[in-house]
Amino acid sequence: MPRSEISTAAGQQHKLILVEILLRGMDVIYILWLRQLKRYFRSRTRIIGSLGQPLLFLLALGFGFGPIFQRAGQGNYIQFVTPGVIAMSILFMSVLSGIEIIWDRQFGFLKETLVAPVSRLEIMFGRTLGGATVATLQGIIVLLISLLAGFRPYSLMALPLAFLFMFLISLLFTALGTAIASVLKDMQGFQLIMNFMVMPLFFLSGALFPLSGLPKIIGVIASIDPLSYGVDGLRSTLSGITHFGLGIDLVFLSIGIVILLSIGSFLFSKIEV
Amino acid sequence: MDNLGDKNSNIIEVSRLTKKFRDFVAVDNVSFTVGRGEIFAFLGPNGAGKTTTIRMMTTLLTPSKGGIILNGINPQENQDAARKSFGIVFQDPSIDEELTAYENMEFHGVLYKIPKEVRKKRIEELLKIVELWERKDNLVKIFSSGMRRRLEIARGLMHHPKILFLDEPTLGLDPQTRNLIWSYIKNLNKTEQITIFFTTHYMEEAEDVATQIVIIDHGKIIVQATPSGLMAKTHTETLEKAFLALTGTTIREEEAGVIDHLRMGRRMHKR
Repeated sequence: MPRSEISTAAGQQHKLILVEILLRGMDVIYILWLRQLKRYFRSRTRIIGSLGQPLLFLLALGFGFGPIFQRAGQGNYIQFVTPGVIAMSILFMSVLSGIEIIWDRQFGFLKETLVAPVSRLEIMFGRTLGGATVATLQGIIVLLISLLAGFRPYSLMALPLAFLFMFLISLLFTALGTAIASVLKDMQGFQLIMNFMVMPLFFLSGALFPLSGLPKIIGVIASIDPLSYGVDGLRSTLSGITHFGLGIDLVFLSIGIVILLSIGSFLFSKIEV
Repeated sequence: MDNLGDKNSNIIEVSRLTKKFRDFVAVDNVSFTVGRGEIFAFLGPNGAGKTTTIRMMTTLLTPSKGGIILNGINPQENQDAARKSFGIVFQDPSIDEELTAYENMEFHGVLYKIPKEVRKKRIEELLKIVELWERKDNLVKIFSSGMRRRLEIARGLMHHPKILFLDEPTLGLDPQTRNLIWSYIKNLNKTEQITIFFTTHYMEEAEDVATQIVIIDHGKIIVQATPSGLMAKTHTETLEKAFLALTGTTIREEEAGVIDHLRMGRRMHKR
């Protein structure tokens, strides 16, 4: 049957071309990812600077609220709040990584990537993966610091799952940052985003307090805040305390990632420089 | 389209190109051709529509009307092929300051899908041409503006483009550096047969190097000629005088763009 032979040969060739395109796309995604990492490791002041806030939260809140928390019968507050503080530093880092596009636009580097023979989707993916990796690393550093403050992961077996949650949170909020940066023309709107979006996302996520027994409206807001599921997932894998349950956390985070990546990709594809 | 000329002789064909931003017509029914191997100067006062035209020619902006053919390729049909056929040095710097000279080149090579071995050789070759090979591992943020420009030119040539767009390549550089940069460019035009398409406000530069000149004003093409042809036409002895004779002597107010706002913002943050 020569005809079918030809068609399978053609099919194989087709597959090979597809694989080749993907592999070549990988190169582009890889170099964009690598760029984000290099930029991160080269700015030591930025790394150290961004560790100040989580450290303060751990010390002031962890030790300050600890006794009250204990008296209320909720157990060790450091165990409770550390996953929240990790989630916080990941949130800030990811949004910042996404928003970096504004700087790239200012310094003209964005043009260099937008005029190259690659698709916007590849650029968006490379950047987002890079930003998410950096934010995850930041989360891991905060986790290490929290060990000094007395935090102990409840199970070593669950650690890989905790890292997965860190990465998912990073991915979600880097995509959010990218989406925002694609719409914002300059850094003027940055304060607005921080105060009216990032801060509420953080404070209403249950990062600092348990979500059970809250006033109804706060509870509703917390349940539509994607970070709530990230915090809860981290808390259940790091401290063994959960509100929604691990499965729900995973599903909702994944849905959030898909939605925000789609919005981010769409808005990024509309950027004009 | 037929009267636009022979496919082999014209590397750029722009026909009836128009760009409207709401009510404002930035580029108005512009047509011109650029011959292969030409050093082509695209001149005009501020806000005349030069950069908007270049942005459309380099696929960064979609034309409202009209067509462009680059090296026989229609960018709207085959964007990637069109993009591979040109290199560009933007008016504003576009290198990553946090990366080294070599890393910037490497980044470009990967985006343009140049195989690793070729990439290595080409980076070395080009960085040697622009005399930055010794500085290849330095971060770009410690480079002077002249060094950055040289790096950008080298980067734009990485993928062996047929056309090199240069949007005010010598802006803000001292005469020595300008001279050096033009000698590279003229040399490249000769040895690699690259067509050069550039804009500048330094008329003596255009007079010196250009083989063809187009002047655009208020979004419309005023004239296309050789430098000597222009001077003869306007009965002037320098290109600058010819330019002023054709475009008048009133100063153009240009609205500050997004980039300018950003830059002002950054300066304020720095303080």
